[in-house]
Amino acid sequence: MGDFFLFDYTLRTVALGSAILGIVSGSLGAFAVLRKQSLLGDAISHAALPGIAIAFLLTGSKSPLVLLIGAGVAGWIATTNVLIIVRNTRIKEDAALGIVLSAFFGFGIVLLTFIQRLPDANQSGLDKFLFGQAATLLQEDIIVMAALGIPAILLMVLFWKELKMSSFDAEFAASLGFPIRTIEIILTILLVIAIVIGLQTVGVVLMSAMLVAPAAAARQWTDRLGIMVFLAALFGAFSGITGALLSSSIERLPTGPTIVVIISAIVLVSLLFAPNRGIIWTWLRQRTGRRHLREQAVLEDLYILSMQHEDPYHVHPRAVLRTMAIGHGGVDRSLEELEARGLAKRVVGWAITPHGIEEAKKIAASMGNSNTGEEQS
Amino acid sequence: MSQAQLEIQAIAVVVSVACALPGVFLVLRRMAMLSDAISHAILVGIVVAFFLTRDLGSPFLVLGAALTGVLTVTLVELIFKTRLLKEDASIGIVFPLLFSIGVILVSRFASHIHLDTDAVLLGELAFATFDRFYLFGIDVGPKSLWIMSGILFLNIVFISLFFKELKLSTFDSGLAATLGLAPATIHYSLMGLVSITTVGAFDAVGSILVVALMIIPPATAYLLTSRLSLLIGLSVGIGMASAISGYWVAHALDASIAGSMATMTGILFGLALLFSPGRGLVSIARRRASQRIEFSVQMLTVHLSQHIGTPEEREETELSHLQDHFRWTPAFSSKIIQSATRKKVVRILEDRLVLTSEGETMAKTAMMR
Repeated sequence: MGDFFLFDYTLRTVALGSAILGIVSGSLGAFAVLRKQSLLGDAISHAALPGIAIAFLLTGSKSPLVLLIGAGVAGWIATTNVLIIVRNTRIKEDAALGIVLSAFFGFGIVLLTFIQRLPDANQSGLDKFLFGQAATLLQEDIIVMAALGIPAILLMVLFWKELKMSSFDAEFAASLGFPIRTIEIILTILLVIAIVIGLQTVGVVLMSAMLVAPAAAARQWTDRLGIMVFLAALFGAFSGITGALLSSSIERLPTGPTIVVIISAIVLVSLLFAPNRGIIWTWLRQRTGRRHLREQAVLEDLYILSMQHEDPYHVHPRAVLRTMAIGHGGVDRSLEELEARGLAKRVVGWAITPHGIEEAKKIAASMGNSNTGEEQS
Repeated sequence: MSQAQLEIQAIAVVVSVACALPGVFLVLRRMAMLSDAISHAILVGIVVAFFLTRDLGSPFLVLGAALTGVLTVTLVELIFKTRLLKEDASIGIVFPLLFSIGVILVSRFASHIHLDTDAVLLGELAFATFDRFYLFGIDVGPKSLWIMSGILFLNIVFISLFFKELKLSTFDSGLAATLGLAPATIHYSLMGLVSITTVGAFDAVGSILVVALMIIPPATAYLLTSRLSLLIGLSVGIGMASAISGYWVAHALDASIAGSMATMTGILFGLALLFSPGRGLVSIARRRASQRIEFSVQMLTVHLSQHIGTPEEREETELSHLQDHFRWTPAFSSKIIQSATRKKVVRILEDRLVLTSEGETMAKTAMMR
């Protein structure tokens, strides 16, 4: 397999391009997700379509640099429009995004169909920007992608502190004198660059997923921004390379959707299995917590019973404990667990042990003075 | 105009009206992006339902797709409720995945299905008239016109039956819940309605441009009015206008009809954004400019009144001094003087400004504030 990669020029180009795309969109997407701007990426990427078409109409060129500049400018205009609408009208951000996204995209479709019906021109090939076609990546494209992506990553590293501050606590950052508006503009430019880089591989329709999904997956594994950005880049690169190679080697498998399915699988695994935050982890923790609480409750019941008898180690039938445990259940299991810990003893019925009394007192004390056990002691 | 052209426009109008109706509530409920999610996600429903029924005209297709729409909303809410992701990120993950699966299925099995990725994005309004509906063997028009009219009727019935519930749960869902109006039921019914409408419109305008027809006309109307009933009426009107004008733009450019319709909704929105009386950008800018002038005139009268009877009165009231004193540009200061003389608060005496009695009152009230 390794030899296969090294020697096949097309596959190497495709893999390299998808890696750049994944790293740039993954790491910059982390900021978009943290700032709750996930859907802005969707609007920018859809809006890139008319930019590409106009760039082609104006120059007649299909060179990647020209088209991507067109896409970038259109993306920037779209973002500005969203801001204008949100700041000046009572239309909320979600509708503003929907308006800009669909109107720009519709206009892009008009231009695209218009271009396709032009008599001459080498017009074919623009529609690869809809769903992406990694197999069409050339060395020239890779150079443009790297020329845009590497400075974007460097800018991110350079403004790391500012981006971090403004993403987590913009007001605090502003009070420290960080130029918040400038930082926001820089971040939006970086976002536009990340989107533009992926257009040819993933396409305008699905590019937003490449911003959101790697970051959303990475977020589950860590609470540290640095690690999150690194993981997002890693996930982005992995899904980009795998998806692009799969789609290049299997017929009629569009690249963008394939990459999106792979990265979504990573998101699903992260949501389920990530330590601490993951769904399964949380579920297990809650279950243990509940069981522990039930044991404590049964122990307290035993303690209360023992306080009411001359002999503190009097044996009580299980049915009494069950009645006292109405509302939480699991008495048998809790009793067995208590016995294993030496806090209770089975003698026909159940009795508390000296060790158990100490433990019950401790629990009662930690729960505060209003507790029944505390009053009676 | 040929029969086909007339029919295409009729379908376009019915589609845009059917979309605008639920769209009003989406915009008001801040769920605009959810319609984007639904319109992408139903592709899977359509494809899977097609595999099961093998018939693109089957009503199960609509049902399957509508279920997918509701499923999408539920999925988004499910992920959001784990609190592992914010709502925007949940939307941003669920619909690209479902859409991707749909696109992959379509591309892999395109030879079996009369659906391709272009149709998914653009719809096939131009070809919609070829598929006729026969009633007792008589051609009664294009099938999609009938289907969309049915969906439009459903929307009208739903909105008029539950108008009160929709209105209350949209503007005050807490109150709606206390009054027993079941806002959750209304929410999911609306989502189902959006899904059904999207499926119907999907054939005609494709998945992404449905969003344009749903969101933009109501948003445009929202720039123009605050009354719900008027909002609905205007949305319908704007939707119809963009459908018809969009058709003719597409005709002139020989370009995609759906794309042109979306573009026209965008243009109408842009016009409303700029020129809406009272709320448009132009009138906001005008209001700001006139407030600025009004304030500057007040400043001028205050300035003049401060120097009445002082030794430096002569110097301070010279016309040429104003630019230095207020740091106004020559153009702006002549504008202010013009406005001030028109309001009769100052008089020009040779090269000096003299406060009139109205001017003195103005200065006093300005300083009292």
